[in-house]
Formats: sequence, structure tokens, C-alpha cells
Amino acid sequence: MKTTRPRSLRLRGFTTILLFLLPALVLFFGLVVAPILLAFYASVFKWNGMRGLPTDFIGMANFTRLLADEVFLGDLWRGLLLIILSVAIQLPLSLGIAMLLNQRIRGRAFFRLLFFAPYVLSEAITAVLFMMILSPTEGLANYILGWFGVDPLDWFADPSSVMMSVFIVMTWKYFGFHMILYIAGRQGIPRELTEAAQIDGATGWKVFRYVTLPLLGPTIRISVFLSVIGAIQLFDLVWIITGGGPSHSSETMAVTMFQFGFKRFQVGYASAISVVMFLISLVFAVFYQRYVMRRDLEGASTVLGDQR
Amino acid sequence: MSANRHKQSPTSGGPLRSLSLHAIVVITALFVGIPLLYGVLGGFKTTRQLSSNPLGLPNPWVPENYTSVLGSASFWQMLWNSTYIAVLTTLVVVAVSALAAYVFARFAFRGREALFTMFAAGLMFPFAVAILPLFVLLRMFGLLDNPLGVILPQAAFGMPMTIIILRGFFRAIPGEIEEAAILDGCTPFGFFWRILLPMAKPAVATVSVLAVVNSWNQFMLPLVVFSDDSLFTIPLGVQQFQGQYATDIARVMAYIVVAMLPALGFYAVAERQLVSGLTAGAIKG
Repeated sequence: MKTTRPRSLRLRGFTTILLFLLPALVLFFGLVVAPILLAFYASVFKWNGMRGLPTDFIGMANFTRLLADEVFLGDLWRGLLLIILSVAIQLPLSLGIAMLLNQRIRGRAFFRLLFFAPYVLSEAITAVLFMMILSPTEGLANYILGWFGVDPLDWFADPSSVMMSVFIVMTWKYFGFHMILYIAGRQGIPRELTEAAQIDGATGWKVFRYVTLPLLGPTIRISVFLSVIGAIQLFDLVWIITGGGPSHSSETMAVTMFQFGFKRFQVGYASAISVVMFLISLVFAVFYQRYVMRRDLEGASTVLGDQR
Repeated sequence: MSANRHKQSPTSGGPLRSLSLHAIVVITALFVGIPLLYGVLGGFKTTRQLSSNPLGLPNPWVPENYTSVLGSASFWQMLWNSTYIAVLTTLVVVAVSALAAYVFARFAFRGREALFTMFAAGLMFPFAVAILPLFVLLRMFGLLDNPLGVILPQAAFGMPMTIIILRGFFRAIPGEIEEAAILDGCTPFGFFWRILLPMAKPAVATVSVLAVVNSWNQFMLPLVVFSDDSLFTIPLGVQQFQGQYATDIARVMAYIVVAMLPALGFYAVAERQLVSGLTAGAIKG
């Protein structure tokens, strides 16, 4: 960026800067920052959410209640479970498929288009589609399992299998997105590097392990980051398919917040959940950018890399 | 073997290996494709056919489920609602973000990076975190059951990604062009409007496609803002329809297949912009 422009231009620039930034600032402060501040404010009140501002100050009571609530602690555990499953199963699958589609496979353009298509569909459509496919009585999945002699499963209806079922739907919907990221990352690796390794006698696996994989590091770290943030916010799919049930066994933080905020009118308590979600996202993002993505951000034009 | 390796990418081996790799791709394709196919074919069946013969071709083909969806006024109303909300959201977010991105890309002033970081940090906080206080605010402003109550927050939450992508693009346009324009008497806005935006068309297309897709699929915000079902968007309609006809599976299937079509059609047209937007957003964000 040039900083050596003539003084007159810089002076005139000030009003321009203000005028150009004003709409963005109004929108951002009014509808992103203000709600988050309001959530902090409301979280220390007992409030049913009726008109006006809350008045019944109760200090940290909402938070102590939250941290003693089994459902909320369960939300944290289920969020962690989804993160672990995503990182251990969904991302390797995306990476593997991306590497395969990077090769000269017949119809690879078609496969790429197909695998990414679910990402474009709304969560609502995906949820309803899978409610039918994974229906315990007449679903397609149990029908197919029947060919292999597997007994019908209860999928979303059974507390012990509901999270696995949600994860299957998430994989169906989102693995193509991560695959696209990996394909882009793989294309950014110069051909010479893998060729040089081959000339030095490295076999396919070794080239992947010692050349491709390390160079994909930045992409993998971004992909993990997006998976974690996504798991923290997960709402649409769960809300439509199970509403958090059976008996809270698929509830996420966002679903619990929604239940209390919009169904039971305990807006103060629900705000406390919003605040915790905000803090978890914030702390995670800051630590992750500081310690995990630090090398990727150095010198890059990115969020924290630009601070001087 | 070495000749074979010469042509192919590093992870490929002998023919047996490549066969098993193909098998993985094909199995994944079945995992992704069968649910979609099941939906499309299922819409042509009766619910009874569907439970006795979930995967086969319909026998006989029953078009009534599809025709009844396409003939219902409420479906077209929702399609229209989704469309204009997506278009207006896109206009607002792109206009507002482009102005801001221009400043972040081409003006030097104290606090620029801190301000930019603040916008970029918005990337980490989608609706789930802010939906409840947002609802309270929208109620105070009287924006419930008003399309603006969905359009403006969507635009606000879409700004971080849009600003990041556009700033990157604006930065890449050489400073000499700006200097030449200003020497020729161009105002900053004139430069922005007549030179920068036309040059940034590909980037503007990319962020517009992202904004359309995000708006089109948004569920949580319209869910809390709209209680009047004449304002419903397609995702809300899908949920509502499923609730109404839960037992008539074939009918629900036809409904969601029809609801998929606009998104898939848009994807077919704008796949390139969508992919480049998502990868640019992820890598820069």
C-alpha cells in the first residue's frame, strides 16, 4: 500500500474515508456489535424478554446455573464429539477424495460437481430429505442395510445413535466443501516439487506424506478451523430433524439457547448461553490463530497477520 | 510402471491400486447421489409405492405430487420471497462492503488495520451467537414480519467475508491507475465507481454469488423474524410443509425436490464464482 501520497490528497481523503465507511459502520455496529453487547447485558438479568429492557439484576446466577446444567454440559460434550468426528473422519475423507480427484480419473469433473452439490442445498432441504431416508420404519437406509442382513436401526429416534446419524448428514452436506478447499490447496503446490521427489525415488505414499501433506498444512488448518466454528454454531439441521431430542440427546448449544430464548421465554438465561458461545468461539479463534495458524498468517494479508 | 508413473500423479500405483481408488470415488458418489436420486424418483411415487419399493423406478409414474407443488400459489409466493430477499441482500452487502473495502485497500489512515480486523473478526460470529439479541433489537426497531428484518442483518453478517475478498482484489489494482485518474480530475467516488468497480467485476461476481447462496439457504433468521407465512422463504416453507404432510412422504419428497431446483440451477450457472469465492474467503479469512 502506498503511503507516500501528497498531503493535499490525504487531507481530502479524510472526509472521503468517513463517507465511504459510514454505511458499513452503521450496519456493523447496529446489527453485529450491538446484539453481542446486548447479549452480554441481558445475560446478568432474569428476563422473560418482554418489551423494554430487563430490570431484575441477578449477577452471575445465569452462568452458575448454566455450568451446573446437565443439558448444557451435554451440549459441550456433543459439540466436542462432532468436532472429533469431523476432524478424524470427515476431513480425511475430504482430503482423500480431493487427492483422488486431482488425478486423471475418468469423469472427475462430474464427481467434483456432484460431491459439492449438497453444499449448495439449504440445511432445511437436507434435513427433511434425511428425515425420510433415515426413517426407522420406511426409510431408504434401513432398506439398503436389509440387503446386507443388517437389522433396521432407529437412527434419529434412538439416543445412542442420534449423534452418529446427525454426523452422517453433516458429512453428506459438508465434506464436498472441504474437498473443494483441498483441491484448491493441492493445485497451489508446484508440480516441480512432487516431480522432484519422484525423481529422487519417492513412492506414491511417500510423496504424499513428505511433500504434499506438509504443503497442504495451511489448507488443513483452515479446514479444521471452519469445522470447529461450524460445530459450535450447529443449529438448522438439528433443529429441523430432532429439535434436540430424543430427551436432549442431540441438543447443541444453539438449540438449547433457542429453546430457552424463543420457546420458554427465559431470555436472560438464553443470553448467557449466547455469551458462552461467543466466548468459546472468540477464545478458540484467538488461540488457534496465534498458535496454530501463526506461520500461515505471517506476511499474508489476513485477519491478524496485518496488525503492526 | 515407471512410464505409467510418469504420466500420472504421485499417489497412483499399479492397475489394481487404481481400481480400488476408483472404487472409493464411486462409493462416495453413491453415498452422495443416492439420496438425491431417491428424492427425485420418490416424488414420482405414491407413499405406498415408496415404502414397498424405495429405490426402484416408479411403477406407475405418478406426476401428481410434482404438479400439485407447482400448482400451489404458496410455493410461488415463497420462491418470490426468497428471490427478492436474496437480491436485495446482495445489493446491500456488496454496495456497502465495496465502499468499505475501497477505503481499506487504498487509503492510509491511523486505525485502519484495527478497524479492518474488527470487521474481519465478524467472520467468526454467525447468526447462532447473535440471533436472540438481534431478535430483541429488530423488535425494538419494528422490523419483525418485515423483509428488511431479514435483509439488513444478512447484509451485516455477510460484510466481513465480502470486505475481505474485495479488499484483496482492490489492492491488486495498480496505484498508477488511481493516480492517473485523479490527475485527470477524477473524484475518489468517480474512481471507485467508474474505474475500480468495473475492473473488479470478477470479484464482485464472486461475492454476489456467495451472498445469494447464503441468503437463499438462511433458515434461523427468517424463522424468528417471520411469523406471517405469506412472507416465508423456501427453507421455512420446506419445514412447514414437512410438518403438515409428515405422513405423506412422497408428497414431501416432491416438494423438497422442487425446492432444490433453483439452488441447483444457480449452482450449475455460477459454480466457478462460488468455488472461487469460497476458497478465496477461506484462505484469506
